[in-house]
Amino acid sequence: MTLDEAREGQHCRILSLPGKDIRAQAIRFGINEGEFITCTAVIPGGPIIVAKNRQEIAIGRGLAKKITVEPITNPHPVKFPARRRAYGLPRP
Amino acid sequence: MACHDLNYELKIPPGARKIVLAGNPNVGKSVFFNAFTGLYVDVSNFPGTTLEISYAQVGNDYVLDTPGVYGVSSFNEEEKVARDVILAADVIINVVDAVHLDRDLFLTQQIIDMGIPMIVALNMIDEAARKGIKIDVQKLEELLGVPVIPTVAIKKQGFEEVRKAVAYARKGNSLSELEEMLPLLEKKTHSRAEALLILEGDPFVAARHRVKPMDRQEEIYLARRRRVDTIVAAVVRETNTGASIGTRLSRWMMLPLTGIPLLVLTLLILYEFIGVFVAQTVVSITEEGIMQGYYEPFIRNLIGAIIPPSSIIGTLLIGEFGILTMTVTYILGLLLPLVLGFYLSLSALEDSGYLPRIAVLVDRVLMRLGLNGRGIIPIILGFGCVTAATITTRLLSTPRERRIATFLLAMAIPCSAQLAVITSMLSRLGPAYIFLYVFLVTSILVLAGTALNLILPGKPSDLLIDVPPLRLPQPVNVLKKTATRTRNFIQEATPLFAGGALFIGILQVTGLLNTLQNWLSPITVSWLQLPKETATAFIMGFVRRDFGAAGLYNLSLTPAQALVSLVTITIFVPCIASALVIFKERGWREGIIVWPAILFLAFLIGGLLSQILI
Repeated sequence: MTLDEAREGQHCRILSLPGKDIRAQAIRFGINEGEFITCTAVIPGGPIIVAKNRQEIAIGRGLAKKITVEPITNPHPVKFPARRRAYGLPRP
Repeated sequence: MACHDLNYELKIPPGARKIVLAGNPNVGKSVFFNAFTGLYVDVSNFPGTTLEISYAQVGNDYVLDTPGVYGVSSFNEEEKVARDVILAADVIINVVDAVHLDRDLFLTQQIIDMGIPMIVALNMIDEAARKGIKIDVQKLEELLGVPVIPTVAIKKQGFEEVRKAVAYARKGNSLSELEEMLPLLEKKTHSRAEALLILEGDPFVAARHRVKPMDRQEEIYLARRRRVDTIVAAVVRETNTGASIGTRLSRWMMLPLTGIPLLVLTLLILYEFIGVFVAQTVVSITEEGIMQGYYEPFIRNLIGAIIPPSSIIGTLLIGEFGILTMTVTYILGLLLPLVLGFYLSLSALEDSGYLPRIAVLVDRVLMRLGLNGRGIIPIILGFGCVTAATITTRLLSTPRERRIATFLLAMAIPCSAQLAVITSMLSRLGPAYIFLYVFLVTSILVLAGTALNLILPGKPSDLLIDVPPLRLPQPVNVLKKTATRTRNFIQEATPLFAGGALFIGILQVTGLLNTLQNWLSPITVSWLQLPKETATAFIMGFVRRDFGAAGLYNLSLTPAQALVSLVTITIFVPCIASALVIFKERGWREGIIVWPAILFLAFLIGGLLSQILI
């Protein structure tokens, strides 16, 4: 699937990123191919916000459509409400 | 060579040691800079660009600030500037955010790989602790191979230690992968740092050495990322605590349902502060009270005693558009408080981390106007000064976006000074006219953007930005930023203003003003249905936009006429300064198209409006 289809709170692994420049910028942010990310917010019709550790990155919808990801079923279950909130995840 | 240029352009003596502050955006670099350099700081436009570099002499050394970047390369204008300053550095103080170590250490490792002596200031260590992040500083120091000093910049903790540690700066542990790639190039460039950037495919540095950029960027970046992740895994221990109201507020700011009301609220507060408090209360004291009440009569008497006021020189100096009367009143009485108020708000907004969230919120809408969310930044800046904002369009990623943003800025964004005059004129007319004005100008902005997006080939580029944590702005930092920006603005505006006043004054003295008014009357009187004196306002508008609006201020106009003239003057050509910047930024050919196009549109829209309303 592509990143724009991700739901809020979903964990994903990045499979591919389009283009050399985007890849280089992504590596700096630590969201290169193979990394695990969490989708923390989806702005309706707008950007997707993903988080890796405590770093949040906004990705425009057009770009998100070109990023392929695979959904991960709970790699590290996020049980603590405090941590859920820290990641901006919706309540279970 | 970059370093020689830099010394020359910034007037730094060749022998002096250059200490450069480098770091990601929003890590508190400027707080360090302010702490090290004290009150007086030089701000200089960077050679070849218009990005500002702050620097100051401290003892025999020079301390230089750089724009916040995530790495050294040439993805955008900020990075190019940071790259050249870092390349010229003798010692680097790398400020890193302890909360986002995995992001920030990428730059750290890159500078280490460049082989420049450095120290690391591990900033916001208190915030990390609050969020349950523990960092093994000794281990970090060992792994990086450079001194690491924990600091809390906003509480001034650790500053002394950083200052002392500069003497112990050293080259760190570079990536082992580079050892086989670098030596060959290093022989050629005589600089490890530049050799590395050529390996990483930086076309500008490669061109400087007349070699072809290499294509090892991804390989090196990935190796560096692995190294950074290993370091972070070894030194950071996270305990799962710490959630804050910040994360929820951050979400609210970005989701439309809550984000739009929050944005409207913010704009209302800004309007109350700038549009009402500063533009009306403060300006009425400074302009009418102090300047027109005391200063102008004083200077008129003083000069009038030597030169007769009705003579040509007298008119030019102390007449209606006099250099010593109107210019001074206008700059000190009207512009100064406004610009101060605007930059104060803007600096506070910038430091709070709200701007990137607004960019996320409006991304969807701006995509239709051919910009992405980042395009909101020049537009917001444009409400301060269109000229300065036109320069920041450089931060947009494609020429297409720069072109659209420049056009929209020139056409539909009134700058703070102009806005102030408009606000005070509109507030006399009542809420219905205010609404109508805002509605008209917004529609014009949206229509123009949509049209440009359709006409110009290509598509807007996609947003890819870091969303920094929300923070309370630090008053000292905000004030200092405001002071620097205001000083620059006034320095730049004063000569233009004086020149403009002189120009109008000469037109008046020679009677040309009257001729021009009559000559323009088919447009002003027949088509726009305004008194013929409004022509003066439009001529003044060429000099400065706000100057033009001010020219309307004292005319007696019916409410409908006032609205027509205000909409026309808003769209009307940008002032000389911003027209020059447009020419400089976008080239002569484009400037020559933009300029008459806007002039034509201004009179077309104004006229249509007048035919409907009056």
